[in-house]
Amino acid sequence: MNSVNTTIASEATQPVETAVPVQESKPAETVIEEGKTVGNPFSNDPKFKLRDVEVFYGETRAIKKISLDIARNEVIAFIGPSGCGKSTFLRCLNRMNDSIDICRVNGTLQLDDHDIYDPKRDVVELRARVGMVFQKPNPFPKSIYDNVAYGPRIHGLANRKSDLDEIVESSLRKAGLWDEVKDRLDATATGMSGGQQQRLCIARAIAVSPEVVLMDEPCSALDPIATAKVEELIAELSESYTIVIVTHSMQQAARVSHRTAYFHLGHLVEVNETNKVFTSPEHELTESYITGRFG
Amino acid sequence: MQPANLLLLTLVMAIVAYGLGYARSRSLAMPMGGIRHLKSLPFYYGARAALWSGIPALLVLACWMAFQGKVIQLIVIGGLPEGLIPPTDGEASLLLSKISNVASGALPSGFVEAPIAEAAERLKALRSQSQFLMSALVISVAVLAGFLGWLRIRPRLNARAQVEAILKWLFFSCAALAILTTVGIIFSVAFETFRFFEKVPFTDFIFGSHWSPQTALRADQVASQGAFGMIPLFTGTLLISAIAMIVAVPVGLLSAIYLSEYAGKKVRGVVKPLLEMLAGIPTVVYGFFAALTVAPFISDVAATLGIEASSQSALAAGAVMGIMIIPFVSSLSDDVINAVPQAMRDGSLALGATQSETMKKVIFPAALPGIMGGILLAVSRAIGETMIVVMAAGLAANLTANPLETVTTVTVQIVTLLTGDQEFDSAKTLAAFALGAMLFLSTLLLNVVALKIVRKYREQYD
Repeated sequence: MNSVNTTIASEATQPVETAVPVQESKPAETVIEEGKTVGNPFSNDPKFKLRDVEVFYGETRAIKKISLDIARNEVIAFIGPSGCGKSTFLRCLNRMNDSIDICRVNGTLQLDDHDIYDPKRDVVELRARVGMVFQKPNPFPKSIYDNVAYGPRIHGLANRKSDLDEIVESSLRKAGLWDEVKDRLDATATGMSGGQQQRLCIARAIAVSPEVVLMDEPCSALDPIATAKVEELIAELSESYTIVIVTHSMQQAARVSHRTAYFHLGHLVEVNETNKVFTSPEHELTESYITGRFG
Repeated sequence: MQPANLLLLTLVMAIVAYGLGYARSRSLAMPMGGIRHLKSLPFYYGARAALWSGIPALLVLACWMAFQGKVIQLIVIGGLPEGLIPPTDGEASLLLSKISNVASGALPSGFVEAPIAEAAERLKALRSQSQFLMSALVISVAVLAGFLGWLRIRPRLNARAQVEAILKWLFFSCAALAILTTVGIIFSVAFETFRFFEKVPFTDFIFGSHWSPQTALRADQVASQGAFGMIPLFTGTLLISAIAMIVAVPVGLLSAIYLSEYAGKKVRGVVKPLLEMLAGIPTVVYGFFAALTVAPFISDVAATLGIEASSQSALAAGAVMGIMIIPFVSSLSDDVINAVPQAMRDGSLALGATQSETMKKVIFPAALPGIMGGILLAVSRAIGETMIVVMAAGLAANLTANPLETVTTVTVQIVTLLTGDQEFDSAKTLAAFALGAMLFLSTLLLNVVALKIVRKYREQYD
């Protein structure tokens, strides 16, 4: 598929994770040039360097020649209608797509100039550096302490119990959860509220001191107050981590991110400073989406 | 009319009632403008008419069948001359079987006393009368009730609610039947067990370490008094079950882990049915596999190692039983492991855990209660298993923990106690019921524990 000027109408392919057609109300004449992204997709100091990334689910092409840099210590938000490939793209960054048999990734994906999909690459090390928080809070059915200590134990980050205690405390503090749970670290994590569980998952992810945290719609299962807390947390974490966040809430993208990337049917349509995307989008599809005409 | 034919006729009448009820509801509905003006669909009116016709008729049939024998017996015995009326129940039933033999022609009437022959004639007459009356009653009840039910069909009648209510009772009675059967089994075993404990003291049975159930068959026979200590049998059962679990749990569990976490779709599609095929092999086949292949193999190996091994050993029976139970453990564990949400795997993998670390630290602990439940169910299966042990483990009740010796189990002893011609009230025969009761209690306990654990597991992800 190297035809240029492919119209969206001819691209009937959809990622497997959704069967919902999303282009019903989009202007039919809009043309997306494959591999061409308007705005400002590149960076001088990239953490991730991604070039011509394609993802296939079997025969279906879910991601179509996306090139993007993710800068060090920035918060970048991926927005776009359901099924546009933003989660798929996110999961390439720590190879969580590996567990899907039919998934195949082409193109250049580099973390600090090293290939992510190099066959010799140690996935364990990669995932220790690129942590992930999922859409639905998924604490292990263990105690709060054991949840946070899980990663450090696996990676041998603590030699003594006191070191481990320290890691657990500092991670919970960073996640803003310490004061709420310090008296019941032995309580089972599944008994916490949804918002607490999600912050615990964030604490669990940062306990292994990753460089990047990927967040796949981290607030979609939370109520507004819990959402506000998580967003606050993201703002604090952005000082020391690179954060990539997929979100359906444009307000959330506007509140937490430095840059925003707009995905559409597997294309990366526009990337720009967040305030620019939301005030003066360059591409008409981006404009239609953020003004709520579809999606 | 024979009861079976009557039953069939009742069913046919119920079907006819269904058709008539269906037709009547439709014909009532059509002038009103279609069946949507009925309170219920025509199906429900038909079903209601069928139930009205069938259920009372079947109840009458069942009651008649239940009581006719007793009533006829009372009339026949009561009609005998004063001197012939038997003083005890036992003699009465003997006399009655004599009478019915005469009535059926098995015993020519010339061979018995005149009053008996008369009674036989009366019995014959009563029986045919009873059958006639029963047929007449059942048919008229079916027709009458069916007609009433048909007559009362009105557009505003809520037949649907009535049918639903009756169906609810039908389902309830099916469930009750299963429970009642269990209760019946418990009682029949319990009564015989109590009779056994009248002959052999309870403590001798529970704490006795010697099992030798040979007792005198006749009063004048010289024989041992018999010893009924259940401990050797239960240790034998435990030994064999333990060996079986040592084989089945690791193999079953690890193959479940392979199937659910590592195997690709194609491998899984082939291996899982093959593994479950093990469960379909009859236990007799396992039995001769154990007796003819495994047991000699074990004794040969032991001989080359310089260890003495019996040709029938607990090890052979236990190992083969373990193979039989593998699909139990693997299938149940596979289900439980698959029930652990994918989010748990993702969470662990995203933290940089390897597949086996994820398995060991997240999936397995989360699935453990369910796996335990499955294993306990497998244990009660192993305890109750008979055929393999009969064929491969032997009959000698040795109190030993050596798996190379021959041992016997509770189930095997029950089989040997009850096969062949036995006096039914001897301690030897009754001992089988006591053993059965003990076995039932222990597997019941295991099942309760297993269910408790499984239930607790369910709460975790809700």
